[in-house]
Amino acid sequence: MNLKSMKRSTKSNLITFGIVIAFYIVVQVLSAADLLTNSFAGQLVPICAYVIMAVSLNLTVGILGELSLGHAGFMSVGAFSGTLLWVSISSTTPKPLALVLSFVVGGLVAGVFGFLVGVPVLRLSGDYLAIVTLAFGEIIKNVMNACYLGVDANGLHFSLKDSSSLNMEDGKVLINGAQGITGITKASSFTIGIVLVILTLLVILNLVNSRAGRAITSIRDNEIAARSVGIPITKYKLMAFVTSAVFAGIAGVLYSLNYSSLVAKKFDYNTSILILVFVVLGGIGNLRGSVIAAAILTVLPEMLRSMNDYRMLIYAIVLIVVMIFNQSPQMIQLRNKLTARFRKENHTDNPKQKKGVA
Amino acid sequence: MQFLSYLINGISLGSVYALIALGYTMVYGIAKMLNFAHGDVIMIGSYVVFFTFGTSGMNPILSIVLSMVVCTVLGVVIERVAYRPLREAPSLAVLITAIGVSYLLQQVAQLTWSSNPKSFISVISGIPFLQPLSLFGGQLTISAETIVTIVVCVVIMVALIWFVNNTSAGHAMLAVSEDRGAAQLMGVNVNATISLTFAIGSALAAVAGALLCSSYPTLQPTTGAMPGIKAFVAAVFGGIGSIPGAFLGGILLGIIENLSKAYISTQLSDAIVFLVLIVVLIVKPTGLLGKKVNVKV
Repeated sequence: MNLKSMKRSTKSNLITFGIVIAFYIVVQVLSAADLLTNSFAGQLVPICAYVIMAVSLNLTVGILGELSLGHAGFMSVGAFSGTLLWVSISSTTPKPLALVLSFVVGGLVAGVFGFLVGVPVLRLSGDYLAIVTLAFGEIIKNVMNACYLGVDANGLHFSLKDSSSLNMEDGKVLINGAQGITGITKASSFTIGIVLVILTLLVILNLVNSRAGRAITSIRDNEIAARSVGIPITKYKLMAFVTSAVFAGIAGVLYSLNYSSLVAKKFDYNTSILILVFVVLGGIGNLRGSVIAAAILTVLPEMLRSMNDYRMLIYAIVLIVVMIFNQSPQMIQLRNKLTARFRKENHTDNPKQKKGVA
Repeated sequence: MQFLSYLINGISLGSVYALIALGYTMVYGIAKMLNFAHGDVIMIGSYVVFFTFGTSGMNPILSIVLSMVVCTVLGVVIERVAYRPLREAPSLAVLITAIGVSYLLQQVAQLTWSSNPKSFISVISGIPFLQPLSLFGGQLTISAETIVTIVVCVVIMVALIWFVNNTSAGHAMLAVSEDRGAAQLMGVNVNATISLTFAIGSALAAVAGALLCSSYPTLQPTTGAMPGIKAFVAAVFGGIGSIPGAFLGGILLGIIENLSKAYISTQLSDAIVFLVLIVVLIVKPTGLLGKKVNVKV
């Protein structure tokens, strides 16, 4: 294949996939050479889950231009539905099939929730949308915390009070309120994680570089102008929002199948913010940046144990500083001045080539 | 009778929400931004009261005044450092910065005062002549905290409406919220007006914090986050940008929360509050008393 004749976006996508595959190979080599520390090995699946979360949130925040603060809510919905299915069918169905089904169900259920939340909410925009997604995340957390589900010979039992009000004879409690789902057979592996990361990137990068993706970016840049040229706003907003939710659900399943128990508390507001930090630090709208930021920021705190207390403090400062540095008009002016001076010194530098975004 | 007691407690909680919501609604009306850090200013204010009144035994009124001063300075500094550089930036950038500030305050509080909950001593108990009110031959007891909260909220509300409608600073606020550019051309100092708004909002947050922790006496770095978000819900419910709207929304939300806690489920009460928000935004996005704003191209 001739590298020069390739479209810029294709080239950029290939670099992104290259990074993911290179990471996979490096980890495999290290693990074969027995050089991986236990704590790092334990982080591999969460890294993949967070990368998927960050990439999918970037679709909403960076490409669609709407701030979602409830991304962990979709992760939670996906995790619970997928894990529930896994717990109930893993002993009777062949493992690969059960696993695929769990991921599909987790993604679909999260997608359905994305649709249900998206239809009313996407009529709003900006701050309202942010606060409603936050509210959605909190509702999910509260409901899952109070949710009891059991199964016995008479079928499924459901309650929002406590496990004794399930009125079961001798069944099995599947979701036990705040204790969540326990006794999960671990099934996630780094390989599955990487496969899912690549799948996510394939779908989202293709969406972004397609006709639909251009429509979505046009809505971000100027909704009124986009509407006036006949772009169906709601349809494309929903498309981005639901896709983002589906992958958050898949990431949730991946994450929860890495542990033996699953609690709703894990997917709270802080998790949503954590993912947002990945997106902001990687560059809003830059999917490759999200991949790198999510991976590094998941690994880094493990390596700098002593810094752990200050981790969230540093994240907070990073959010503020990055925003002011990137978005403040004065800073942009200052930066332009500096780059202009730099450009003058390097006449060969073509400014057009510098603008590529994944 | 029990219903009445739930209702009154709901109004009291709602009054606190209303005070917090005022800060949100004024800032939103004037600076067109959602100040996520508002709830955490409340938390800082409560810690000030906790350390001055609770542990050092300062006069309760003095302690609240001190907390108001601290919060006012904090609010103005936050606006100056974090929000002003982004005044012309896209709203997404401002929102993310505000979340960053909120997180920063929580983390600083956690590192300085640890995340262990502290038990807050009611400020009201430090004022000797305030006694619980007993009605219907002792069947209904209303605590002094409840009465003070409701009274303080009503007084502040009336004072604020008077301030906005009758002083030149208040008129400047109205002008900036109507049209920032035009207000600037008419000689209104926009930066000073926005700073003043943050100052007032943060001072009210300090009062709200002291009252909130007097009724619900656990204080930890995340204390402000949930009431902050709920107060924002209240502001949206009442119609964001409207001062009476914040009052109405706050009271209604407090009642809804308390009644659902009493009659439906304690665990689900937060979920119900947020459900109200979603329903309101779908049915009437401008809130109960909000004005419809047309988008101009």
